[in-house]
Amino acid sequence: MPGKLKAKIVAGRHLPVMDRASDLTDAFVEVKFGNTTFKTDVCPKSLNPQWNSEWFKFEVDDEDLQDEPLQITVLDHDTYSANDAIGKVYIDIDPLLYSEAASVISGWFPIYDTIHGIRGEINVIVKVELFNDLNRFRQSSCGVKFFCTTCIPQCYRATLVHGFVEELVVNEDPEYQWIDRIRTPRASNEARQRLISLMSGELQRKIGLKVLEMGGNAVVGYLQCFDLEGESGLVVRAIGTACTLDKLSSGSAPNTNTHMHPNTAPASNACNSPSKDGKESPLAHGCRSTHNSPVHSVCSSQRLSQNFSVSVPTLIFTGMGSGGSAGKEAGPLRTLLRQQTQTALEQREFPFFTLTSFPPGFLLHVGGVVSARSVKLLDRIHNPDEPETRDAWWEEIRQEIKSHARALGCHAVVGYSESTSICEEVCILSASGTAAILNPRYMREGCLDIGCTDHRFEEPSPPNCGFCHIPYDELNMPFPAQLTYCYHCRRQKVPDVLFTTIDLPSEAAVAGKGCLIQARLCRLKKKAQGEANATAISNLLPFMEYELHTQLMNKLKLRSMNALFGLHIQISVGENMLLGLASATGVYLTALPAPGGIQIAGKTPGDLSSEHISSIQKRINDTIAVNKELYQINPPELAEEGVGSPIPEPRHRSRLFRSHSESSDELSELDLSHGKKDAFVLEIDDTDAVEDIHSLLIDAPPPTGFYSCNTENMPGISNWTSGVQMFTSVRVLRLSNANLTNQGLNKIFTDLCENLLKSFYFKLRSMIPCCLCHLNFTVAVPEEELIQVTVTAVAMTYDKEQTQEKTAEKPVNKGSLEAEEQLQFPLELCADSSSSNIQTASKISGVGESTNMSPRAASVDYGSFADRCSTWLELLRLKAHTIRRGSVKTSRRTQSLAHSVSSLERCSPLQEGRSRSLRSSRSFGGSSVTVVKMTPLSFLPGTRIIKYLGIINMFFIRETTSLREEGGVSGFLHSFIAEVFAMVRAHVAALGGNAVVSYSMKECVFMENPNKNQAQCLINVSGDAVICISETDQESSASTANTGQTGGSETDGAT
Amino acid sequence: MSVELDVFVGNTTIMDEEVYQLWLDGYTVNDAVKVRMEGGVMDECEASKDVLLSDTMDQYRTFQMCERLLHSPAKLANQLLFQIPPHRQIMLIERYYAFDDTFVREVLGKKLSKGTKKDLDDISAKTSVTLKSCRRQFDNFKRVFKVVEELKGPLVENIRQHFLLSDKLARDYAAIVFFANNRFETGKRKLQYLSFQDFAFCAGQLISNWTVGAVDNMVEDMDVDLDKEFLQELKELKILITDKDLLDQHKSLVCTALRGKTKVFIEMEGSFKNLSRGLINIAAKLTNTKDVRDFFIDLVEKFIEPCRSDRWSAADMKLYLTHYTNSAHILDTFKHQVVWDRYMGVVKSCIFKMYHD
Repeated sequence: MPGKLKAKIVAGRHLPVMDRASDLTDAFVEVKFGNTTFKTDVCPKSLNPQWNSEWFKFEVDDEDLQDEPLQITVLDHDTYSANDAIGKVYIDIDPLLYSEAASVISGWFPIYDTIHGIRGEINVIVKVELFNDLNRFRQSSCGVKFFCTTCIPQCYRATLVHGFVEELVVNEDPEYQWIDRIRTPRASNEARQRLISLMSGELQRKIGLKVLEMGGNAVVGYLQCFDLEGESGLVVRAIGTACTLDKLSSGSAPNTNTHMHPNTAPASNACNSPSKDGKESPLAHGCRSTHNSPVHSVCSSQRLSQNFSVSVPTLIFTGMGSGGSAGKEAGPLRTLLRQQTQTALEQREFPFFTLTSFPPGFLLHVGGVVSARSVKLLDRIHNPDEPETRDAWWEEIRQEIKSHARALGCHAVVGYSESTSICEEVCILSASGTAAILNPRYMREGCLDIGCTDHRFEEPSPPNCGFCHIPYDELNMPFPAQLTYCYHCRRQKVPDVLFTTIDLPSEAAVAGKGCLIQARLCRLKKKAQGEANATAISNLLPFMEYELHTQLMNKLKLRSMNALFGLHIQISVGENMLLGLASATGVYLTALPAPGGIQIAGKTPGDLSSEHISSIQKRINDTIAVNKELYQINPPELAEEGVGSPIPEPRHRSRLFRSHSESSDELSELDLSHGKKDAFVLEIDDTDAVEDIHSLLIDAPPPTGFYSCNTENMPGISNWTSGVQMFTSVRVLRLSNANLTNQGLNKIFTDLCENLLKSFYFKLRSMIPCCLCHLNFTVAVPEEELIQVTVTAVAMTYDKEQTQEKTAEKPVNKGSLEAEEQLQFPLELCADSSSSNIQTASKISGVGESTNMSPRAASVDYGSFADRCSTWLELLRLKAHTIRRGSVKTSRRTQSLAHSVSSLERCSPLQEGRSRSLRSSRSFGGSSVTVVKMTPLSFLPGTRIIKYLGIINMFFIRETTSLREEGGVSGFLHSFIAEVFAMVRAHVAALGGNAVVSYSMKECVFMENPNKNQAQCLINVSGDAVICISETDQESSASTANTGQTGGSETDGAT
Repeated sequence: MSVELDVFVGNTTIMDEEVYQLWLDGYTVNDAVKVRMEGGVMDECEASKDVLLSDTMDQYRTFQMCERLLHSPAKLANQLLFQIPPHRQIMLIERYYAFDDTFVREVLGKKLSKGTKKDLDDISAKTSVTLKSCRRQFDNFKRVFKVVEELKGPLVENIRQHFLLSDKLARDYAAIVFFANNRFETGKRKLQYLSFQDFAFCAGQLISNWTVGAVDNMVEDMDVDLDKEFLQELKELKILITDKDLLDQHKSLVCTALRGKTKVFIEMEGSFKNLSRGLINIAAKLTNTKDVRDFFIDLVEKFIEPCRSDRWSAADMKLYLTHYTNSAHILDTFKHQVVWDRYMGVVKSCIFKMYHD
């Protein structure tokens, strides 16, 4: 009997009128845990009853404490007939089970009814007394902390990262049980809510056990999902990363706050990312992805996977020319490093990490995106206690991911996630992540600090480019890629494009701002049943992925960027179509070569008038130029020549963008040798292609004052102000005309997404300047002719002024002439040295020290300069370059100087005027004391999290039989989402928190039957409840903050 | 292809004040979109008509959901469904309870009953305030009336506390409630020139001087009903016109004081007896509910109109009434000084307010 749960019902308010005669209610409360139920007295004739009950005590196993929710039912007493239920409150008591989190749950909870929604509020106090002998009960895992956050939580330090944990539990869905035919919708909904709550509790407990076995004390990046498989059952599954976390004292600066200030990451981080080898062979990017579809037959239980396995050859979407640069052997040190890490990781079945951002130095190299999908036919789950089939399916997929990572020369997968899409009996399982090489120190037992020890004997690889260096062997590349020497350190090879599912590392050097890039795709498919259907779907998948990647690549080029972060590809299956949506944040990594433009070519010269082609070409070039300005992409390399900017003459251009910043002619020639395989020549061979190109150009840039991304950090913006607005938006489109083509569908789908974005910009215009962060799109095909898009994101205001002030104080601002001077000098050196690198590749390892050193230092300087560069200066330079392009090389410097002077005068007033208009309205989000902020990010700007109170994981069902009366489908869903927000906030407030971080809406399943005036919706949300304090408060009253949380941090006394 | 469902829900409820006003004014979604387009919001964020329509619908839905809470504004502060910053809550309430002076002028003094509600479409047509807005305003009046009817304590304060309104708005509502309760006639043609604010001022005077609450502040309905005892005592004032000596004495005192100070002295002297009879007759009749209702029309007919036809200026009026009131104190045989002051104080300030074109 390791625990005693105590609950007290204090009062109710705003109760609904249950007795029409008196316009009042005779309310009482049932408190239930497990099989024990207590009742309060009836509080007669009041809509604001005061029960002030005794403490109801439940003596229970801690296993039950973890699994079961506390169930509070408010009823209306009726002397003659059955008591009417007003509504329920489920309280997850998990947060009370670990010592560091909340100690009491106390507050007002909305009373929720699945038919009527929120009906008044109830004030409850809940406490738990745990006995100390709980270690004997290994069935429970009390004390393991769970975090949805996909980075090491603020105010903690990871001493050890153990790795992947996963678990799934299955059950029959109450909605499909025979009893559902005779019970009320309310009873059925409540049975489902309760079951799912129980299952998530069980799942969390089981995962906790695994963590304890591994020796960890926490799960970070906890991702729990439901698969509503209909007839065949209900699956709740979860993955996460087991860690050993240490609480940081509030006095010491948390290392995690670096991700809030990427540009100000402490210089000491540099030595935190040692790679044992100064000259690792660089390289790699791209995506690998496979499709596997072993199909199960429904009727026979025998597995037919062997016969039916539809294995699609692994597709590689890099699209770049073959890598042909001269290589070098990996140094022995590096091999050693790899072996060490490998052994550390190989002990684990799956070296996967659900984290998306890491402590500095954790991530050594990134290979590229790995993903796997598999199409399955669902059959009934016969024995809920043995979920082997589902386990085996995921096992298969994970193995595949693992082997892809191997092929990329990586021993780990980071930013790993899993998802499903179900339509009737067909289910697509997907997994994706980023192949990477990690620093072994985090995996080894007994190595404690991130901070300092090892780098004595290692030459640190530059922190701002190290992760870009290829992890695989360039002589044995897993896919064709074009490698160049890193534009930062000049020593390692880097790919020309990098795709990842993780967040932009805080130390990465970027130019300009990032932006949201989406690829959208619809594919019609014939309606079919069973195996035929599954086969059809798996046949379509590779083509969809290919097209999505092509779209992404093109859009990336169009924005003149060279890397994608936070890539998430969702493929959703419906009865007669498949929807694909890829979202990512594009960014220009200065370590990678500048992207080339896009070249349009007719397949056969006579086909389309060259006039037409050149007009399209011009539009594309213009778009690229506009985007460069918009995202302020002015990498240092640009100073060398007009590289990467669109150049009207196709031939010239291909040559120019290949040559990048290398100024030596030999080098350009060298690169040109494989320039023929340029993936960015778009061929217009039919009208479809024309449509495709048009659709490329449809994506409207966000209006002035807005930026958008789908990652935790917005590349290029870090000076957030306090305005935060989290929102959820759902839009469902009905396709009316039956004869839609793929093209038509694509257009509709693209418009849907674009219009949603436009709506957001409009609604949030009062927050300008502002950035939409963590834009998370989810698509679904709920019915044959419906497309549903659900978006959750947060809008955050930032200070435009501050950026400029910051730049002003840097040494850069000595005047444009001097800046130009600085620009030219290092770059020429760089160019020289890089050319010598290539020509005498064998020498590099030895010679590099002397010749490379100085240019590298210079270019690094310049890189940081570029980061801080004030906008007008950048604009000025851009202008100068545009003018300079094509000028004779020898006269370059003087010419550019002249231009820069003249354009200075032209540009600055314009820029000032613009910034003034942007600054005009920045007042939003005035807050009061009771406010609970929510954000999908792991932090709240301007605040510091001082305590994590526990995970919020809630599942709600809402149903109506009076759809019209509730304002139609929109009215119904609008109030339901508002109710869900309200319940999340109430639970957080009751835990003593004031914010939810890493909030996400995992599921939003909406079904309607307008003819019957009915609708039903299921929503699952999760996040971390936290207490955060404003950073300014903290500074001004540091002492009070410290004393206020003495319970949490032991070292307080010392500081 | 059609949008089946379209919602946007913020953790902090997003409300556009302009759209809120359009909603309050009873615009349909489509009309509101038109107004917004003309207002030029579209240029702000490169929005299209669809975006505007979607935004307007979202906001209208939000307002509809909030409306229930706005009926008892105290709930807005401690409800959990919408997270609305306090200053926004204040704005929402204040605007919801705001009303059109033209509309309220039409229903002022009428019984807040279903019968009146049925006439709202006529009022809507007459005032060109949309029917929807008329209904909201009417229901607000009724709701406030119903709540304060049963409360003890000062009227304005009760309204302010229960509906979280500003002082100004609470006073206006007190006036509306007071007029509705006493059914003052305000609709006659002769009273048309008076605005709602004129009446609201008078109501304020009556409430603070002539009601039960003016003497005892813990009685039910204290501010809504006139003090019956006081109304009885007003009959005593008749002596000022029935006693010929007193009337002459009063007249000569007033005329002495006014002589040489005004251009219309002759007219004042000539009409003194008539005017004095008028005012005192009004006072004496106030025990009848019917005559209470005609209080304002009587003031206009018996006093304001005669003066106006004699071309008194507002200053003349002030001068005259001041001396008229004060002189009564000097009359030795006139013993009802307290009642006189209580009566004339209100009548004086009401007439000052009502004496305009």
